[in-house]
Amino acid sequence: MSNTEYILTVVLVMTIATFATRITPFIFFRNHSQHPTMRYIAKYMPPMIMSILVVYVLKDIDLTADTGLYTVAAVLLTVTVHLWKSNPLLSILSGTLLYMFLLQM
Amino acid sequence: MLFQDLGYPWYLATLMAFFVYAGTAQFMIIGLLAAGVSLTEIAMATFLINSRHLFYGLSMLNNYGNWGLRKVYLAFGLTDETYSLVTTINPEDNAKKERQYFLITALNHSYWVISCTLGAVIGESFNVHTQGMEFTLTALFIVLVIEQWKKIKRLLPFVIAIISSAVALYLFAEQMLLSSIALSVTLLITNNLIKKLHE
Repeated sequence: MSNTEYILTVVLVMTIATFATRITPFIFFRNHSQHPTMRYIAKYMPPMIMSILVVYVLKDIDLTADTGLYTVAAVLLTVTVHLWKSNPLLSILSGTLLYMFLLQM
Repeated sequence: MLFQDLGYPWYLATLMAFFVYAGTAQFMIIGLLAAGVSLTEIAMATFLINSRHLFYGLSMLNNYGNWGLRKVYLAFGLTDETYSLVTTINPEDNAKKERQYFLITALNHSYWVISCTLGAVIGESFNVHTQGMEFTLTALFIVLVIEQWKKIKRLLPFVIAIISSAVALYLFAEQMLLSSIALSVTLLITNNLIKKLHE
């Protein structure tokens, strides 16, 4: 197999593997979507996953380093702006700009 | 950029972004290619690293109706970011819902393809001014947690999430994301069973 062929095969294999994780629940559980347990999961899973994702993106911060403090400051600003204005774009933009400013200063 | 270091052409980043469309897997493959592992191992690693998406689909069963090919595309595009957005918006009627879900998925997909391509073409010089831009993802998830709280106003899912991520971080730091999601779903189902037994 040439290098190009090999790399195209890799792309194909990865596409199938990734797609498999995303399509499987729709194929196997499509007839159970009205089941009470399923509805319960569907209701509580989004907030659960969102919170886990926040922990995930913040888990590597080092509070003893400057970058860690920048992250804390940017997180606080994002939360404050969001509670104050409830405008997602504004909250994300202000937090990110503060973080970029502190980091590049 | 990273692919070019390994001697692969820039358009590989575009191909990966378009077809594979999974950030962690695209990042992981660089290491696997450099290590020269087999195709079977690549398939297994990709499936495992993306297996959290199994749970995302599970909770979208009710929302993604019988829309044929579109539904297949929606499932294909159900990434972390897309999932976050489609579970936060709340469209009233079904026709609108289909359109909005489709737009979110397609826009996220195109941003991803464009940014992966730009990253590969422009290379390292691009990094100078955008340093710190990755915080948008953190900020997005934070905003979405607040929005979810406003919508649901119940502590349960947030408490389960914190317990699960703490345990997962402590026990399986390497696979934190998948293990905490699996753990939290287990806790959620257990809680539901206990509640039923009491009724």
